Parts: sequence; C-alpha cells; structure tokens
Amino acid sequence: MSSTNTTLNANNHNDSLLRFMTCGSVDDGKSTLIGRLLFDTKTILADTLTQISNTSKKRGMEAVDLSLLTDGLQAEREQGITIDVAYRYFSTGTRKYIIADAPGHEQYTRNMVTAASTANLAIILIDARRGVLTQTRRHSYLAHLVGIQHIVVAVNKMDLVNYDQAVYDKICADYLAFAKEIGFAQSREIRFIPMSALNGDMLVDRLDNMPWYTNETLLEILESAPAAHIDADEEFRFPVQFVCRPHASADADLHDFRGFMGRIESGNIAVGDAVTVLPNGYQSTIKAIQLGDVQLQEAQTEQSVTLLLADEIDTSRGDMIVKSSSAIQPVKQIEATVCWLSETPLSPARTYIIRHTTRESKAKVGTISYKVDVNTLEQQPTSDLKMNDIARIQFKLAQPLMVDSYNNNRATGAFIVIDESTNNTVGAGMIV
Amino acid sequence: MLNNTHKPLSHLDWLEAEAIHILREVAGQCSNPVLLFSGGKDSLCILRLAEKAFRPGRFPFPLLHIDTGHNYQEVIDFRDQRAAELGERLIVRSLEDSMKRGTIVLKNPDEPRNKHQSVTLLEAIEEFGFDCCIGGARRDEEKARAKERIMSFRDEFGQWDPKNQRPELWNLYNARSHKGENIRAFPISNWTEMDVWQYIERENLALPSIYFAHQRDVFMRGGAIFPANVPLANGEVINQPKNGEEIINMQVRFRTVGDITCTAPVISDADSVSKIVVETATTTITERGATRLDDQTSDASMEQRKKEGYF
Ligand SMILES: Nc1nc2c(ncn2[C@@H]2O[C@H](COP(=O)(O)OP(=O)(O)OP(=O)(O)O)[C@@H](O)[C@H]2O)c(=O)[nH]1
Ligand SMILES: [Mg+2]
Repeated sequence: MSSTNTTLNANNHNDSLLRFMTCGSVDDGKSTLIGRLLFDTKTILADTLTQISNTSKKRGMEAVDLSLLTDGLQAEREQGITIDVAYRYFSTGTRKYIIADAPGHEQYTRNMVTAASTANLAIILIDARRGVLTQTRRHSYLAHLVGIQHIVVAVNKMDLVNYDQAVYDKICADYLAFAKEIGFAQSREIRFIPMSALNGDMLVDRLDNMPWYTNETLLEILESAPAAHIDADEEFRFPVQFVCRPHASADADLHDFRGFMGRIESGNIAVGDAVTVLPNGYQSTIKAIQLGDVQLQEAQTEQSVTLLLADEIDTSRGDMIVKSSSAIQPVKQIEATVCWLSETPLSPARTYIIRHTTRESKAKVGTISYKVDVNTLEQQPTSDLKMNDIARIQFKLAQPLMVDSYNNNRATGAFIVIDESTNNTVGAGMIV
Repeated sequence: MLNNTHKPLSHLDWLEAEAIHILREVAGQCSNPVLLFSGGKDSLCILRLAEKAFRPGRFPFPLLHIDTGHNYQEVIDFRDQRAAELGERLIVRSLEDSMKRGTIVLKNPDEPRNKHQSVTLLEAIEEFGFDCCIGGARRDEEKARAKERIMSFRDEFGQWDPKNQRPELWNLYNARSHKGENIRAFPISNWTEMDVWQYIERENLALPSIYFAHQRDVFMRGGAIFPANVPLANGEVINQPKNGEEIINMQVRFRTVGDITCTAPVISDADSVSKIVVETATTTITERGATRLDDQTSDASMEQRKKEGYF
C-alpha cells in the first residue's frame, strides 16, 4: 500500500461524524447556505455544477442558483422552495458531515421536525433585512423541544444591508431576548455569526466585507463542535431488535446459541455486568458481546451488537436489557409533549399505536392538558390537535413501556404515534 | 479487542452500526422482506452488513436479482458465487420473462433496460408477496434520492409520493404496510461513494473484476465511453459500434455496474481498492454523472422513475 493511502485511511478512521440541520423562515437562504458550503469545500463535482448552472440559466438567472443543489424535487425547483428534507454529505478530512436541509414553510413544519430529530447542531438562519420572524421563533422552539444541544444563529444576506454591524448586533440582541424567554439560552450554547450565503462571506472563507467580525467562520464552528453521544453519564439501554436462534444447526456450539441483537441506545456495557431484562425483570449477567465475528469485552453507545446472557431467559423483540443497577419501572401511562404531523387531526376517541424503541403498544388519549401557541408560547386549553400543533398529552397504554424522560435520554424518551388504518406516522412524542 | 469507551465512533463504525440497526428493524418489523442483490459494490457492502447483523443465524430474507439481461457475465458469475458462499437463497427474475409475458414492451431491442426493471420488480413482489425490499441506494447518488426516507413507503402500484412522505423521526422507523403495499428500505442511505470504497477496503470485500482498471475495447458516442462488442450470456453481442465509431483499446474501470448499454466506464489505472479510494478522493465527476447515461436525459428522470416504482 502506498503511503498516501495509509494517511488517508488513518485520517478517515479517526474521523468523527457531525449531523447538522439548517432551519429558519422561508427564503432566509438555508438551501443556498448548504450549496455554498458544499461549493466552497469543493464537494460539488463538475458535472453537478454544470447541471445546476444549466438549470439556473434556463430560468433566466445570472448567477448559479446554489439552492438547486438540495432542492432536488421537480415541484421544489418549479416553486423555488424546499418541501421536504434533503440530505447532503461532505467531509473535510477530519470530519464527516451529514446535513439536513429543512423546509422553511409553515406548511412543512413536520418535515423540519424530521430533520431536527437526528441533528446534533442546528443552524438557524435569519434574513438580515427582516430580523427575527414568527417562523424563526417556531423553529427555535422546535429545536429546543427536540433537544438540539448546539445552536448557531446565522444572520444571512448581510450583503443586502451593506454588511452593517449595527443591523447584526440588533438582531443578535433581539434573538437572545427571545431565547431567554423560552428557556433556550440557559440550557445550551448559542453562537452568532453574520454571513452572506450568496457571496460566501464567513462560511468557509472570511472574505473582507466584515472586518468587524473576528470570531470563527461557520466551518470553524462546525469543525470544533462536539460530536454527539459522548455523554458518559447516560444509563445503559439496549432495546432488543431481534433474537438470533440458529437452533436447527447441527453445530453443537450453535445449537444452544441465543443472541440478543440490537443497538446500544445509550451508556456502556461490559462482559460480566449484571443486567435485568424488562419488562419481566429477569436477572442475568453478560456472557459475551459480539460484533460480527469479533468478540468484544465492552461496547458503547450507538454500537450495533449481539449480547449473550449467562442464563437462559425468555426474551424477545421489544424487551429491553438494562444494567441491574439502573433498572426502570415499566409504565402503562405516559405524559408527553406531542407534535402532530398529520393532516387528519388527532381524535381523542380513537386508539393509536405508539412505537417506542423496538416496542409497540396500543394507546388511548387520556387528557390533553394544553396546546402551545408557538408564536406567543402561551399554553391554551384544547380538545383537539391539528397538523403542526404541539400539545401536552397523557396516553393510556395497553402494554407497559420502559421509558426515561426525553430530557435525560433522547432514545428512550421518544416515541412515534402511528395511525393503524393508514399506517402513517402521525405524531412525534417526547416523554416528560 | 478493547474499545475506546466514551470516544465517539469513527464515521465508518457509525455508518456500519446504523445500517445494521436498519437491517434488524426490517427483520423485526416485516413479515416477508427481500434483499435486492445485483453483484454490484453497494449490494456487496449490504451483504457484509447483513452478515454482521444476523450471523451466526441465516439471513431472515432471501436475495433477489432483477436481471436486465444486459449484464456482464462475470458480474452474474460473481453474484451466484457470492450467494453460494453465503449459503443464502438467491431468486432471479429476468426482464426477458416480463417481455415474453408482454408486460415489458421495448421500443427497440437495444434500448437501455434500467427503467424497465420496475415492471419485473413489481411482478416479483406480487409473486412472492414481499412486504419490504432492501436496497443499496444512497442519498449522495442523485438529487431525488437525497430526499428519500430510509424506510420509504410505496403504494399498491409501487409509486413513491415525494411530496407526501411519512415523517421519519429519530431512529424509530415505521415499516408498516398493508397487503399489496411495500416498503423500500435503504440501510446505506447515509453513505457516500467514498464511504463505500473505504468500507470495502476495511472489510477486505471481494468485487467483480470490472471494478478494477483493465484493458477494454471501447468507442466514443455522444461524449461518453461505450464498452464495445460485449458478449451476453445468450450469445448475443451488444454495443456494436456504428459506422464511423472507431474502436479504441483503453484502460478503464467501472464505478457502478448496471445495464451495459447505459453504464459507461471511466479511464483509470486504479487496479486495487486502495488506489480507487485515492481516485475517488480526487475525482471531479459524480458517480452517476460519469457513468449513468440514462439519468442525464432530463433534470428529473430519477424522480420520475421512482414515482413509477423504480428502486
Ligand atoms: N443577496 C442575498 N441573497 C441570498 C442570500 N442567501 C440566499 N439568498 C437568496 O434568497 C433566496 C432564497 O434562498 P433559498 O436558499 O432558496 O432559501 P431557503 O431558506 O432555503 O427557502 P425555503 O427552504 O423555501 O424556506 C434565493 O433567491 C437566494 O439566492 C444572501 O446571503 N444574500
Ligand atoms: Mg430551502
């Protein structure tokens, strides 16, 4: 192997991964920002550039419209808006990025929530001419709700306000006041950056239009943002996805093999640890941990592994393996903040399916305590829930679930609501 | 092996863990899934991921190849050999059969067959009652794919409705469907071409030889390189140059294997995986741009085909 290869591999194998999203109001420049970031990091290859530059010309634009890089659907290109999330990828050599470009239109808020649920960092764009808008607030509130830890507020289109620092300062102050109000600023770090996505100021290159801004560029912020899931304090949670029993095998070793397959949603586990299988509460110890044909002594958050227990325990998909020192009590009632995602309103009379980790339960709506007005953040009494509404709801469950509060554990605090008649995902829930 | 606990996973480890999780969700949620396997590099990665997901057990799904009839014999041989090594069941359904049934009608015998694969695929889905097809599509391949969910719902006609996709939150995948409907599951959605090559290198995966630089007779047509006079399994020879198209012998490799009539090789001297990794890092043209002649017909050809049931 040549030396270049070795370095390339070495780099890439130490590579961490960061998932981020862009959000904010309609036309604030989210798609353009991503296009510019990809362009300036040389991620866009020649043929794609030719393709979008032809499309731009066909539409009578003078410059290449970089938003066409993520607005990939016909309908999006026709209307010049983003309808659904687009995922794009780039790598800087030290880090791989997965970007989700969320739509700004209120009508597509549910797609914004989809993008937010897997992001570790959100870039909230604000049009420098328009300042903090309703949709800026809505998206900030949703980012807060979904628990995105790192927020970058990008004041965009600075070129249209003569790169004026006073405009920037005012918007930062307005935003911070609002963020404090929703309790957004207390629990996380918010960083501000002025930019022009169109020209490329402060994305990858500084350029010289804003000498008054001396903090990090966007790419520098992204490169130094902590990767997700290194929270050492989280408890071990292992929802069983699949049970491997190759018992038909004539192989004596395999005959009694019983492996519990799943992804470690949080925490760590080591061979010899005492565990409890929920909801039944059976106790055992970890006999082996396997990843493919490799035997591990321990394993950590986000790894997909197979666990073998020392005792023969009746366990199936939907059960959860936890450390005996941090077992949870299965519950048949949950209270949660729910975003309604479906055009069909929630009907309190109906039975829904709740999917939580690898487990499903039928569920009935108990009480709806209130609905949040995302513009004023006021709590209002309500009896129904329409698309994009956010409410505090109690559910009664047919099957017990093993839950943590969403604030403590994103994986075991989240669930989706499924409409049995259509099988559609109609709600996203975060347990309080 | 000891792990560095509390250190985030490397990006390849993370992508691998995500893909294994998706494969296991399919196995846990669907009653009759199938894995689409072509012998190409993406589906070979998925086979390795399936081994890591399900061994020492058998795969909880058979393998299915939709054969266009326009394949390199060595890729077909490789496909059969790999399925045999794994001891997994391989189902092959071919476009020729759909043509005999009259469900595929070609305008001319040489036309690219990629887009007709949807018909044969939907027929196979109906024949076996599959409720989920696992595929190796990646979001970085094409702008319509960049929009697709990991578990993508298709209606009774196999259609994708891009404006009305199921919300997909956290890693709580919803692979439920009613009879006749279908889920397409894409475990390597978040992988790039580079990730795939790095994974092939790390896992030491064997590939059909046409992925590596080799001498080949080619000719130029419409600015693209066409492999010349390719023999098919049935004895037919396709891609014959027309008048004035001169045959040149060049060193090329394929970045993707598909229908011979519309998959162009690239000029390359990368004869090993590690050299391909380096070439991929420095390439200036996308995988599909360089090689898929059928995606270039219009700005929205992939979206159109997906709406009609294409993978
Ligand atoms: N002058 C100027 N125009 C910009 C800048 N950023 C974006 N634009 C323009 O603003 C318009 C909207 O940009 P998009 O990137 O499509 O906006 P978006 O936020 O993705 O819109 P939605 O996704 O539909 O909510 C386009 O015409 C862009 O060219 C900027 O920094 N300066
Ligand atoms: Mg947009």
